[in-house]
Amino acid sequence: MSATSPTGAGADPSLRDPSLRDPSWRDWLLSDTPASRSQAAWGARYRLWCDFRANTLAMGGLIVIVLMVSAALIAPLVVPYDPAMQDLTNRLARPSALHWFGTDELGRDLFSRILMGGRVTLGMVVAVVVLVAPLGLAVGCIAGYYGGVADRVLMRVTDVFLAFPRLILALAFVAAIKPGITSAIFAIVLTAWPPYARLARAETLSLRNTDFIAAVRLTGASSARIVLRHIVPLCLGSLVVRVTLDMSSIILTAASLGFLGMGAQPPSPEWGAMIATARRFILDQWWVPTIPGIAIFLVSLAFNLLGDGLRDVLDPKQR
Amino acid sequence: MKRLKALAATAASVPITLFGLVLVTFLIGRVMPIDPVLAIVGDRAPADVVAAVRLELGLDEPLYVQFWIYLGKLAIGDLGRSVMTSHTVWEDIKRFFPATMELATVAILFASCIGVPLGVLAAVRQGTKVDHTIRVVCLAGHSLPIFVLALLSLLVFYATLHWAPGPGRQDIMFDEQVPAVTNFLTVDALLARDWDVLRDAVAHLIQPAAVLAYFAMAFIARMTRAFMLDALAGEYVITARAKGLSAARVIWKHAFGNIAVRLITIMALTYAGLLEGAVVTETVFSWPGLGQYLTVSLLNADMNAVLGATLVVGVTYLAFNMLADLLYKLLDPRVS
Amino acid sequence: MHVDIQNLCIAFPGATGISHAVRNVSLSIGNEKLGIVGESGSGKSLTARSILRLLPRSARLSADRLAFDGIDVLKASESAMRGIRGKRAGLILQDPKYSLNPVMTAGAQIAEAWRMHRKGGAREARDGAMDLLDQVRINDPARVFAAYPHELSGGMGQRVMIAMMLAPDPELLIADEPTSALDATVQAEILRLLDDLVSRRGMALILISHDLPLVSHFCDRVAVMYAGRIVEQLGAGELARARHPYTTGLLECLPALSHPRPRLAVMKRDPEWLK
Repeated sequence: MSATSPTGAGADPSLRDPSLRDPSWRDWLLSDTPASRSQAAWGARYRLWCDFRANTLAMGGLIVIVLMVSAALIAPLVVPYDPAMQDLTNRLARPSALHWFGTDELGRDLFSRILMGGRVTLGMVVAVVVLVAPLGLAVGCIAGYYGGVADRVLMRVTDVFLAFPRLILALAFVAAIKPGITSAIFAIVLTAWPPYARLARAETLSLRNTDFIAAVRLTGASSARIVLRHIVPLCLGSLVVRVTLDMSSIILTAASLGFLGMGAQPPSPEWGAMIATARRFILDQWWVPTIPGIAIFLVSLAFNLLGDGLRDVLDPKQR
Repeated sequence: MKRLKALAATAASVPITLFGLVLVTFLIGRVMPIDPVLAIVGDRAPADVVAAVRLELGLDEPLYVQFWIYLGKLAIGDLGRSVMTSHTVWEDIKRFFPATMELATVAILFASCIGVPLGVLAAVRQGTKVDHTIRVVCLAGHSLPIFVLALLSLLVFYATLHWAPGPGRQDIMFDEQVPAVTNFLTVDALLARDWDVLRDAVAHLIQPAAVLAYFAMAFIARMTRAFMLDALAGEYVITARAKGLSAARVIWKHAFGNIAVRLITIMALTYAGLLEGAVVTETVFSWPGLGQYLTVSLLNADMNAVLGATLVVGVTYLAFNMLADLLYKLLDPRVS
Repeated sequence: MHVDIQNLCIAFPGATGISHAVRNVSLSIGNEKLGIVGESGSGKSLTARSILRLLPRSARLSADRLAFDGIDVLKASESAMRGIRGKRAGLILQDPKYSLNPVMTAGAQIAEAWRMHRKGGAREARDGAMDLLDQVRINDPARVFAAYPHELSGGMGQRVMIAMMLAPDPELLIADEPTSALDATVQAEILRLLDDLVSRRGMALILISHDLPLVSHFCDRVAVMYAGRIVEQLGAGELARARHPYTTGLLECLPALSHPRPRLAVMKRDPEWLK
């Protein structure tokens, strides 16, 4: 019903919100009669961006993430202190002009450690996503497209991994190898892929019997080509949303592993491990464990807000 | 008939998943770098003792034989002995698991009673300040590490305000005052009619349960909101309004009536998910449950205990998942 | 019963500007059968639903006058609107698959409407619902009463929907594409049933459709909508006298057995119509 054409609005300037009258690139993007495919595509993207921009919370999340990523990238250049430098004469100092967030139990500057810790967290998140998304996508698309035995076996395996709570499987797995960042990454990957596989399978199943896939098949395309060129790209949208929403869960699992002593090991400035070593000071020097906690919270909240906003825009049906 | 078939399909998938669960646990146990023999005999034992124990444990057999032995032991409830507590793992679990379930049960009750109305309210007031506030409160629940909230809660409610008793499950003076019948302390206190113990147990329970409940609440409220938005957008809601029904009846009878079954399954899943949150919460609150047992065993490389606890958590989790599935298929008229 | 609409506008604010879905529509409906015809997105459903104030939450509604039998719909309280909805005016939606509550039995839904507006106990409501099912010519009322919507065929579902809306004995029935989701043979049956019930009870009817000949055959008067405006209003017998190029264009596009043509005309839209 809301499909009333903006042509009408364009033809009748009085009906148009004057504040929205803008430079010509905007008209070009919002044109109802695009002259080329790229204009149409960019117009569609611009409309999505407009919808997204209207969501203040999601924009806030995006800004925090951009800030965090840039801070993590330039951290080694800007940190005021060496994050590993101890100063036992200045232990557990309150936040001050010299040490913005105070110092920890070994007199190390917390601000520098938080910034460098952002690199560790970001690195783990990127590593997990890079491994997990293709793995889940591959399993899901193969199961969904080929069906039959492949589907049954793969989905059974998926079920088994879904049958463990994530953190507990990750804990047992890390314990079995050796606590540390690398094993934490693999443990999280091991526990994070099943939902992706399920999602990709569901999308593939809904696409498999569509007419356009039948048409591609009639042209003689191989099934590998169909999956890679036609099905995978269409699964990416929901996958991106899922990844963004999953980021915070990955961050929290990584931090929990660190907190329980099974992830990054001290003296690494990983936020969860920092909280673990500082937790005994919670009653007297509460800021020492709280500040890394706030860092985890902010980043993970930002990803959640962004993911929520993305889902509303890209997938309005499942708000 | 269709309903029966759907139920049968669920039931049939259980043994296979269970088998996978056991296999994964077994494999994790076998790739570990800690030598289970040395863990038992100590690293100063003479070589022939080590060899004898190795033989006794069946560690010289091929992997599939070892797995077969492991299955056989599982079938009679033998999870091995914990090096740390020197009890059998099964005994330990019987002692610690009820504490975890008690915590999780109270938490899920809190979470559902608050989360469902909040979710409905947010959906009904979609786009307003109320909705945004509820959304942010829920997102915060998804974003805050549970151990940070637990630590802050101890700082505020225990150390500063003195509202809550400290960590632990009960005051040390009440230790073992009531006989352990169910190992659910509140239930045992009720059975013994010992009101002091009950009051103390409840006081200790509220804080960790509330921390745990916040996370469950955030998830339940979020799902309720999403389901409700979906339901409220349904044509049948317009029909209901066109009939002249009151807003309350449209919301609760028509829209909520459509999502109630799905919500019950969400609650069952969240209940299962609380087992995970319990690991961290119990560590912070020194709650003597399965979660703390698991983490302490992990740090002491007590592998029998770790695998036993992991397996029990896995089986419970699976049971709740199946329960959710069964409830859905039993209660929803659309399945048949 | 008299519905008076003057200069009705409905708009939806969006991120890229405001979409105007209905623009300056004026209509007056007495005790008659009015058809509203137009393509998807022409604003016909919104216009009809605005009488009951059943618009999506984001819709912005304004009008010089929007009155149901003297009651100002724009200003009426929610409880006053509930006195109109169902009780005095019913609404039949397109597809019973979606418009019936999937987790309530058909009978419970009819009985609910019955009890809402006529005081009575559960027993009377049940009898009332059975009687209504009989009136919409369902052969096996007891079975349909106990059935869930997904167990009913489309035609059956639409009869249940009609029964539900007839329960409080309304003065106006708004049927929003009541047959578009049904098979062709069932369509005719449902329309005949509606026609019969409306005439027998002396109700007014607003029939929304995209099928111009069907509507003109069935109604006393037809309003043709295009892009949120009423472009033409005609007596049912006066289709031949249609003057607006959109209406004539629509009629031109129809194939007819009696006047075979080598090539069907194609609608040519003129931006001038939007002015």
